[in-house]
Amino acid sequence: MEFFLQLTINGLSLGFLYALAALGFVMIFKSSSVLNFAHGALMAIGAFLFLVLSTWANLPIWLAFLLTLIGSFSLGFIIERFFLRPLIGEALIEVIMLTLGLFIMIKGLLLFIFGGDLYSYRKFLPPALTFHWGGIEVAGVYVAAFIIGLIFLAQFGFFFKYSSQGIYMRSVADNQPAAMALGVHVRRVFALSWAIAALVAAMSGIVLGIINGINVHEVSDIGLKVFPVVILGGLDSIGGAILGGIIIGLLETFTGGYLSSGLREVIPYIALIIILLVKPYGLFGLVEIERV
Amino acid sequence: MRRLRFHPCGNYRETYEEELAIFETDFGRLSTLVGLILLFAVVPFISDAYILYIINTIGIFAIAAIGLNLLIGYTGQISLGHGAFFGVGAYAGAILSTKAGLPFIIAVPAAGFITAIVGVIFGSPSIRLKHLYLCIATLASQFILEYIFVQWESMTGGAMGISIPAASLFGIDLGSDRNFFYVIFFCFSILTWMAVNITRTRYGRAFIAIRDNDQAAEGMGIPIFLYKLLAFAISSFYAGFAGALFAFYMISITPEPFGIWLSIEYIAMIIIGGLGSIPGSVFGTLFIITLSEVLSHTTQYLMNISASIGAATTIAPLREFIYGLAIILFIIFEPKGLAEVWRIVRSSFRLWPFSY
Repeated sequence: MEFFLQLTINGLSLGFLYALAALGFVMIFKSSSVLNFAHGALMAIGAFLFLVLSTWANLPIWLAFLLTLIGSFSLGFIIERFFLRPLIGEALIEVIMLTLGLFIMIKGLLLFIFGGDLYSYRKFLPPALTFHWGGIEVAGVYVAAFIIGLIFLAQFGFFFKYSSQGIYMRSVADNQPAAMALGVHVRRVFALSWAIAALVAAMSGIVLGIINGINVHEVSDIGLKVFPVVILGGLDSIGGAILGGIIIGLLETFTGGYLSSGLREVIPYIALIIILLVKPYGLFGLVEIERV
Repeated sequence: MRRLRFHPCGNYRETYEEELAIFETDFGRLSTLVGLILLFAVVPFISDAYILYIINTIGIFAIAAIGLNLLIGYTGQISLGHGAFFGVGAYAGAILSTKAGLPFIIAVPAAGFITAIVGVIFGSPSIRLKHLYLCIATLASQFILEYIFVQWESMTGGAMGISIPAASLFGIDLGSDRNFFYVIFFCFSILTWMAVNITRTRYGRAFIAIRDNDQAAEGMGIPIFLYKLLAFAISSFYAGFAGALFAFYMISITPEPFGIWLSIEYIAMIIIGGLGSIPGSVFGTLFIITLSEVLSHTTQYLMNISASIGAATTIAPLREFIYGLAIILFIIFEPKGLAEVWRIVRSSFRLWPFSY
């Protein structure tokens, strides 16, 4: 029972990480229908920017955090302006390949600067965050991750549902020409969605860095784990990303705990194929109906 | 004897045969013939062992890249699992020759057919999925196949891999680079010829119709699911064939080279070469492999200068950076790839000095 509970807790916290990583991904998909393979790289950039500012430059934590967010926000703008904008209206494969190219490029650059070592932030979380329940202890970082995740979920929910920018974004994703005809500034929407996505990616990169330490390979490879999560939840559903993340996280730790550790790495992808065959639009995704 | 055909100064085609002809002019036919003679009679004798090794690698990868281009460039089904299919071919070839004791000449095509079956299995999600959903499904197949390579130890030898005895063909030992060169480029020529012809038959036209608009294609009576699976089968056959050649050429294989990176590399090859162009796949392979060799040589060169060892080890990741940059620059500035560059260069020669 103890083992089961511990696995559940581990799975939930891992799932929250996935959910956090998936949020920014869903963000881009929801507004521009771009499948962003570079998401892991964006996370890594955020995590390392925070490392440089907080631990190496020794700025106060809040300032470092703020500067990181501003930095990633502008990075998102730059990426959209220089790489994605020339491709508006191009074939899917080219956009996908461009984000793959971005992924390789950013990862190579980070490896060039930081190498493959494992870094960690200086401790700054208050110890009061650690959560005890019976014999089970939940580390403070997980509690922090949970809180951040909840805040983001609520914020994005409201943003997409009620704010005019959010509604523009949804309209652009749904039907680009129609949105243009109704006077939505499509390019601005794209730029904004990339900026916000880079910001969310940086946040999740930082949380991941606090929990596991930061290593270029590890952080950027989480970007590939996002796919089973978003497919399970539905590519354009934020609630689905959270739920999908938790389910995949639990699936992974239970497989690792009860079956075999080798299977653990691949089980999300097996689940992914099954979901795609049974329910391609995921739990909460928008079903596109097509008739011939 | 009919008259030689030259470039007309306009489009004067009157029959479908002329429209579908591979060679527009007799010069094209002639230059292909000269190219083949140069390739088989001159190249293996003027290049040293290292250059020959690179040329052989280019030949093997070009076969698989042509297969991927048939799938992505012609049928429009994006596959992120081509590296794993290449691996399936390599393992199938290795297992068939070591465990089943099949000779080289049977093991390689058999590996191709086995990979085609695997490709159909993993391509079957295309019955319901398309575009990015299919792309993610093939990404999953990449990881699942990689897992099988490592974990199915009784067959694949796990992380240790398999070593293969030296291949021989009709009693000739294929251990040397030069002998293998002939095998690779004979297969390469045949498979390229087949691919070019597939694209101008009923099947190729159906593939292109599915790529351009699958709903319209279905409306015109093309059974799109069958044709999608056929495209997966053909493409995986090419990958498996190349993979088996790779296994016999490398003599021993491990799961390591068949990762997601290889799949990305294949897509980079056909994007840089040109989607929907058979010569483009070959140009792309040439470009990518030459680039990676040049980059690794630069790194090694810097390693040898003792003062810059530190710089060299940090420069290694710059390889990935340049790779990514090359992909991005091609997509933004020349989305049709090297095939288009080649066409522009050629036609500017042809039109000179009266280009408009």
